[in-house]
Amino acid sequence: MRARRLVALAAAATLGLAACSSGGGDDDTDAGAGGDATETSGGAEGTIRIGIKFDQPGLGFQDGSDYTGFDVDVARYVADALGYGEDQIEWVQAPSAQRENLLQNGQVDMIFATYSITDKRKEVVSFAGPYFVAGQDLLVAADDDSISGPEDLEGKNLCSVTGSTSAQRIKDEYAAGTNLLEQPGYAQCVTALISGAVDAVTTDDIILAGLAAVPANEGKVKVVGNPFSEENYGVGLPKDSDQCEAINEAITTMVEDGTWQELLDANVGASGYEPNADLNPPEPDACA
Amino acid sequence: MDDGYLEQFLSLFDQFDVLGAFWVNIQLTFWAALLSLVLGTVLAVMRISPVPSLRWAGSTYVTLLRNTPLTIIIVFCVLGLWGQLGVQLSPDFQTNFFRLAVVGLSVYHAAFVCEALRSGVNTVPVGQAEAARALGLGFWPAARLVILPQAFRGAIAPLGNVLIALTKNSTVAAAGSVAEASGLMLTMIEFRPDVILLIFFTFASGFVLIVVPLGLATTALSRRLAVAR
Repeated sequence: MRARRLVALAAAATLGLAACSSGGGDDDTDAGAGGDATETSGGAEGTIRIGIKFDQPGLGFQDGSDYTGFDVDVARYVADALGYGEDQIEWVQAPSAQRENLLQNGQVDMIFATYSITDKRKEVVSFAGPYFVAGQDLLVAADDDSISGPEDLEGKNLCSVTGSTSAQRIKDEYAAGTNLLEQPGYAQCVTALISGAVDAVTTDDIILAGLAAVPANEGKVKVVGNPFSEENYGVGLPKDSDQCEAINEAITTMVEDGTWQELLDANVGASGYEPNADLNPPEPDACA
Repeated sequence: MDDGYLEQFLSLFDQFDVLGAFWVNIQLTFWAALLSLVLGTVLAVMRISPVPSLRWAGSTYVTLLRNTPLTIIIVFCVLGLWGQLGVQLSPDFQTNFFRLAVVGLSVYHAAFVCEALRSGVNTVPVGQAEAARALGLGFWPAARLVILPQAFRGAIAPLGNVLIALTKNSTVAAAGSVAEASGLMLTMIEFRPDVILLIFFTFASGFVLIVVPLGLATTALSRRLAVAR
């Protein structure tokens, strides 16, 4: 009973907020247009702030003043579909632990940053998509054939990032005989893997593929290709956003016109990684 | 804030071992404080010694370690000492990282302990050292019997600052695969983004609870033990 009343309350609050923010949004756009009158393909005015990772090669990566990666390219495509040209996008760094805050405080308009759709997150933010389905997998040395899945990790050393779902899953389900090294970033994990200190690195397969495709690591490591979870990467939106439908439409078009596959190949293809074909390309969920 | 929200928040403490994580920080702090006090005292003696090469070695150590970010030192302990050189401080996988982190924290804070002690030495009047020499004491007996005991009592406040910094810096051990509070905070934020601010508040107040008594204690001690001159 109480749960239902809460849901009703939340829905009412959301509606109220949506009404407020559409008013506020208009003001913002006016201010933005006054400062910077850019001529783009008959698109929206002002700028759009998109949260991405800056340190994840192949997905979201800051390369000098340039941003590269699959997440970034998908974000560009979606922004374009919404009417924002490249020069209207403001890239914002969105580290994992700050994504909800950035959305709640209105510091970003949307987030494309290997952001898995989960029920707990849905309580505070909204999602469009998914635009990709990743799965937890293992990265091993290129010449290592002894590890083909998490069951083979018994007694071996494994590296993951502190606080990540991957580290926690290994701890809960497999770590009985696995030694877990937790590092601040995946770059450190790959360093430990190449030096032989650990036997495998674990996180979502596409992130591993991005790491394997970095020129410095190419040929030294490989993705095992036996995913053991399902991570639906969604577009993070503020709870009151009304852009979900438009984004989902853009994602569907992107998949249908072949751009999705092109972007994937261009960004992580060099690692030889193939995404789980049963789940990809995904169909966006209905907007709530 | 209705009951449901509060209950959910309290359920966090069942789901995650918050107190256990803080206990790890306290243990890290304790061992690193002990080791860095010993190493820092040795360094301080080197820096005030009459032997030029010892003075040079002491000041080089301080300059190098004090100016290197702690995260780099901790990551080096894991990826360099353990990963490349195969240094094992314990046969147990996780205990090894705990001890490596203690080493990293100690070598870093020893530089600060050394400088705090040197500031304490400066509070000892020159006449004391001259009197010690006049009594026929060599450098080491003079340092041990006359100068250091007074220097310590004059350096309690700056040493307390180093201890407080060390307590908070023990969170950097997360970079060395030690399961302590800041690492747990990241895990909790990852899994419970619905109560993100309360999680943050929990850990912030946890450190306040540990650090405030430390500050009060060192202030009180520095008053009580100061050498009256």
